[in-house]
Amino acid sequence: MLRKIKFAAAALALALAGPLAAQDGTPQAGGTLNVVIQPEPPGLMIGLIQNGPTQMVAGEIYESLLRYDHELTPSPQLAKSWEISEDGLTYTFTLQDGVTFHDGEPFTSADVKFSVDVFLRESHSRMRTYLTHVESIETPDDLTVVFKLKQPFGPFIGIFEPGTAPMIPKHIYEGTDFASNEANNTPIGTGPFKFDKWEKGSFIHLVKNEAYYMEGKPYLDEIYYHVIPDAASRAVAYETGKVDVLPGGSIENFEVPRVRDMENTCITDKGWEFFGPLSWMWVNSNNKPLDDVNVRKAIMHAVDREFAKSALWNDLGKVATGPVSSSTRFYASDTPDISYNPEEAKKLLADSSYDGETIRILGLPYGETWTRWAEAVKQNLAEIGMNAELIPADVAGWNQKISDRDFDLAFTYLYQYGDPALGVSRTYLGDNAEPGSPWNNVSNYQNPEVDAMWNEAALMANPEDRKAAYKKIQDQIVSDVPNIWLLELGFPTIYRCNVKNPVSTALGVNDGFRDTWIAKE
Amino acid sequence: MTRFILGRLVKAVFILLAILVFNFFLIHAAPGDPAAVMAGEAGAADAKFLADLRARFGLDQPLYVQLWIYLKGAVQMDLGYSFRQQMPVAELIGDRLPATLLLTGVAFVLSLVLGVIAGVAASARQGSWGDTIISTLALLFYATPLFWVALMAALVFSVWLGWLPGFGYSTIGAGYTGMAHVMDVAKHLVLPASTLGLFFMAIYMRMTRASMLEVSRLDFVKTARAKGLKRSVIQRRHILRNALLPVITLAGLQAGQIFGGAILTETVFAWPGIGRLMFEAINQRDYNVILGVFYISAAMVLLFNLITDVVYVIIDPRIRLTA
Repeated sequence: MLRKIKFAAAALALALAGPLAAQDGTPQAGGTLNVVIQPEPPGLMIGLIQNGPTQMVAGEIYESLLRYDHELTPSPQLAKSWEISEDGLTYTFTLQDGVTFHDGEPFTSADVKFSVDVFLRESHSRMRTYLTHVESIETPDDLTVVFKLKQPFGPFIGIFEPGTAPMIPKHIYEGTDFASNEANNTPIGTGPFKFDKWEKGSFIHLVKNEAYYMEGKPYLDEIYYHVIPDAASRAVAYETGKVDVLPGGSIENFEVPRVRDMENTCITDKGWEFFGPLSWMWVNSNNKPLDDVNVRKAIMHAVDREFAKSALWNDLGKVATGPVSSSTRFYASDTPDISYNPEEAKKLLADSSYDGETIRILGLPYGETWTRWAEAVKQNLAEIGMNAELIPADVAGWNQKISDRDFDLAFTYLYQYGDPALGVSRTYLGDNAEPGSPWNNVSNYQNPEVDAMWNEAALMANPEDRKAAYKKIQDQIVSDVPNIWLLELGFPTIYRCNVKNPVSTALGVNDGFRDTWIAKE
Repeated sequence: MTRFILGRLVKAVFILLAILVFNFFLIHAAPGDPAAVMAGEAGAADAKFLADLRARFGLDQPLYVQLWIYLKGAVQMDLGYSFRQQMPVAELIGDRLPATLLLTGVAFVLSLVLGVIAGVAASARQGSWGDTIISTLALLFYATPLFWVALMAALVFSVWLGWLPGFGYSTIGAGYTGMAHVMDVAKHLVLPASTLGLFFMAIYMRMTRASMLEVSRLDFVKTARAKGLKRSVIQRRHILRNALLPVITLAGLQAGQIFGGAILTETVFAWPGIGRLMFEAINQRDYNVILGVFYISAAMVLLFNLITDVVYVIIDPRIRLTA
């Protein structure tokens, strides 16, 4: 009898819960999320390593002070509120109460100061540049951190995400050699998930942080990141149900339509707004005839980017209009026209110093799509009467060739980090053109007026002033054509539709699974 | 026999050292270094970051110093440290080697046994329809690229039929132990091992068949027939025993080569072995790992060749060993 009553009660509970749970908005706790990761990350200590796969896993373990939505508006994370002084010089953060690291130690303002001022200044090259604007970091009490800047630095509020400013436990790292600290193998942060196990070559396992400071979160019990080196096998892994989420770039583009059309499959290209991946071809303006602006303009008009978008990228992404991505702050859409126009290209080429030289194109060694793209560009150039050849390279060789400026045109794509001062200016500043790095001003663009504008715009306190300044900069750069801008890349995240909210911020799967839950059928 | 083996081992040490030195220069001749690759993956780095990395990896030292340090370690079985994977290379390889040995071992035995059986069967009835089918299949397996076979196998048996797992070493998160774990690994092993084995099976089959036919025309076989021995006895004792010698030579050579095939198979089937480790290490210019894997696989090849020679004597006592 007792059993019967129990059963009835359970059935009633189910009947009540059923219709509610079926709706998108009622998160259910529990479940395992299986995600593809590629390539295998070199390590998970995000303060030391910031490559894509590391960020993807470590973004669940480590947190920063803020989160950013798809419009890049900051929202609370480890900081529950913040204030920016009128003059743009003082940033005061109030931290969440009762936050602990995964080892149980409390997280306080001392950890913030240590992370930013000591650890990241030492080991994080991007952060190091941003910190040149910081005068001091003060911690009046355990839950308050005050950043004092030397001058107003507009993008400052945009750097508090886990890939840029992860919060690192002071009690573990202080006074040690960061790079060789044993704790790097068992990362400890404040995030919604804890590191459990890493079987190299097979998987990384994270488990729910039961002591997480947000009530009821995270919803998932555990996450497995599957290391599958072959792109076709990654598609197979999804098709056979072994994994539920294929982050952007997991499978070859030509497989996207087939996988997308599978039952119970959803796709989104959201979650890349913060990175704003923009692809272009570096132009080696040290070489003839590319030092001639008419030749560069001719190439710009000759390259059929609509075709590349539809034929190679499944119509995801957008045709770029200049150096700034449309999801980045202060993007100007009305820059000079650089659309596909082979007739115009031929005219420009006729007026230029082009003399039948062969242009060497260096493709990006990131899989089939990029190889085909380089071939398409070669064809586009042939159509306006330019000779071109493709030079092969693997990833390491590509790095070397770009660093040595050993190419004429070279494919690349870079992240913009939400603000022109963070991810765009580095490509165009005149004094950032030294050979030796594939990410600085590789095309050796020199325009002192633009340099001055960049430097001023970064230090303006008022966003309206910055907007006007960046509009002028974009107009000028687009008419100088130092690079051939291609596409704002659309990296689709493919997932089973019963996985809810896999992408909830501008950083996508890189800090996404705090709010993710699985609807049970 | 002991003297022979000792002599060969001494030679092997020198060959190994020569291989190491050669590989060292070969790797360093390729453009790009691990620091640049690591910085490249992060998408940004300043000069200080790169210099720090290079100093930590010892890449700021002259090449001959780096070689000397490496050789000194290698002689003491210290294969150095992988800065990329943050682990000693010996430990990395030690973790991955069993998976590769399991895969290549099973593939090797499978291909040798099935190859020889098929070869004998085909030669026994030369020109029959059975012979034609076996020979055609062998030619097909021999000519088809390994990665295509691998992908098709995964597509058919994993995606369409759902019989076998298409990738990985064991079911992740299942937590099997004991016999259940063994069965789980065995299931995962079927596709990669048979893919890898097919090509070699084809070779052994063709070799066995040709060799059997050749030996069967020799005088001592005619004598045996004239004596009125049973057909099966002649096949087994007279022909097969002699026909196997070239097959074993080839198998010995290919026991090393099978590692090469394992790179592809391991990559397609996400098998966590050293073939894949090496493939990734080459892409990432992880010098110590590349050299370590070369070192271990060269040692394996030398060992297999030695074993082949010993097996030779056991099968045909007329052969004398000289170091």
